[in-house]
Amino acid sequence: MIQLEDLTKTFDTPNGNVVAAEKVNMEVPTGEICILLGPSGCGKTTALKMINRLIPPTSGSIYLNGEDTGKLNDIELRRKIGYVIQQIGLFPNMTIEENISVVPKLLGWDMKRARTRAAELLDLVGLDPYQFLKRYPKELSGGQQQRVGVIRALAADPPVMLMDEPFGAIDPINREIIQDEFLKMQAELKKTIMFVSHDIDEAVKMGDKIAIFRAGKIEQYDSPDKILAHPANPFVADFVGTDRTLKRLRLVTAEDVVDAQAPVAARAMKVSDLREQLTVSGSRIAIVIGSDHRPEGFVTADEIAGASGKVSDFEHPLPAKVPVRADLRAVVSEMFANDTMWLACTDDNGRYAGVVTQPAVTAALRATYAGAAGGSA
Amino acid sequence: MAHSTSLGRNAALFAVFLLGIWASASGLTGQITAYWADITYLSRQHLVLVGASGGAAIAVGVPVGVWLSRPSMERRAEPLMQVFNIGTTIPTLAVIALSMSLLGIGFPPAFFGLFVASLLPIVRNTYAGLLAVPAHLKEAATGMGMTSAQILWRVEIPNALYVIFSGVRTVLAINVGTTPLAFLIGGGGLGELIFTGIALMDTGMLLAGALPTALLAIMVDFLMGQAQLRLIPKGVNPLR
Repeated sequence: MIQLEDLTKTFDTPNGNVVAAEKVNMEVPTGEICILLGPSGCGKTTALKMINRLIPPTSGSIYLNGEDTGKLNDIELRRKIGYVIQQIGLFPNMTIEENISVVPKLLGWDMKRARTRAAELLDLVGLDPYQFLKRYPKELSGGQQQRVGVIRALAADPPVMLMDEPFGAIDPINREIIQDEFLKMQAELKKTIMFVSHDIDEAVKMGDKIAIFRAGKIEQYDSPDKILAHPANPFVADFVGTDRTLKRLRLVTAEDVVDAQAPVAARAMKVSDLREQLTVSGSRIAIVIGSDHRPEGFVTADEIAGASGKVSDFEHPLPAKVPVRADLRAVVSEMFANDTMWLACTDDNGRYAGVVTQPAVTAALRATYAGAAGGSA
Repeated sequence: MAHSTSLGRNAALFAVFLLGIWASASGLTGQITAYWADITYLSRQHLVLVGASGGAAIAVGVPVGVWLSRPSMERRAEPLMQVFNIGTTIPTLAVIALSMSLLGIGFPPAFFGLFVASLLPIVRNTYAGLLAVPAHLKEAATGMGMTSAQILWRVEIPNALYVIFSGVRTVLAINVGTTPLAFLIGGGGLGELIFTGIALMDTGMLLAGALPTALLAIMVDFLMGQAQLRLIPKGVNPLR
């Protein structure tokens, strides 16, 4: 857990005092990622760097897992905190192994333990230890370097990590991949993380909580969904953008809104039986299930009205399928692309998992708006 | 391309061959080898001067460069470097003359003059090399909990080593070529053959001093180049 209490930083400049952070109060629960978000010069980086005292605070206190860090000296404190910076900062004179082992060696680990740990961490991010331990940073691609930058911060297994725009310098495609990898890692490691970003999409994706900064103060500290659905003031609303409702689509997966009870039909089924089922459930369509419980086609209620025969006579191919784990942004995009109001979902094995409809998507978005009192949106 | 370079090399070899024929035909080789005993004795003296003054300049210049690059020196470093820069513009001959007026004649003033002339470029390269270490490396090192001494030894010096080494290499090669001036204040070295040869209009004697000096300079530069290639860690060595 990270707690900041009245954390303040003022800089003396020839033009008088400049307040970079003013009475910042926040709490990041253990195992969560908190994103510090804001325009440049808003004090988010200052707030982050005060935690490992790269910038000494003017006043206020910082607690890590309940311990007042004011009692620790700078060096001790920093060795307890993982630190990742945008420029990665791998030491070019050291091999990957030496880079990862920097903090373990500072803490007095023996060589063998440090090497095992380095190999283990490389494995964790999908880099082959035999190939990479002895290489130098300049022999790695940008994405590989950034992965090493992250695992170097994890080397001594610190409970707390500070990340200063860690994925800012990577191209968009690799950034998505590394973000996903990192989230997967975090699901296992459960570190308490403070993460500076200026990218609202990254914040929504990575954060359990988001703190929006302006001029050294926190404007709003809330979950991504709350911030997007209920911005506390015009500044936050403006910062998260006019398309904030669309951004919320990323926070919900198809799994959350899927109708698993939607009617299904086997090809051999009689149309008359299906008609009865559809009348009972009030659905306009039924998904046709093929072998191995895969969704393969659909029939509409209109077409089978008054008809006789088998389901297969009326079957149309499915316009598209989406995995049930996909976020609603991908679902809606797929709906728009195929000009349809509904999509069949599949589970990890490609089996039928239900139907997502456009009304269900909007209902999910509406739920948050209705849920909180005094929603201005 | 390979064809034209090999043609050039053959032409150069042929030119050297012709030069050798001319030298021995004119009796110049004989005139030079006549001073063989002097050449070996004075070369040794020459190398002692280069080694002592260069070594002392490294021993003093590198720490001074490190000291000037410390954050606590930030404000004073630039003015001090300006003083050093002005110092560098004083011709070496003048430095040697000045050190003679302070220390008399013989080895000490020659050593001192060459030391001063070599010191400044080493300080400047060390200082510039350390300042050129990217700030984010120092930030990463600080953030990971290194002490300032650990940052200096494990991050700053290794990453500045190539630039520092380049300074040392240039200085030593130039030092070999400057050392003949030491003869003028009684410091010995191959200058003895060169200047005496000039005074006596004796080309053989002059070349007996000049050729070994040139060879020594090339040799020192080559050795330092090899050392630079092999001693500097792979990750920060643009040569490999």
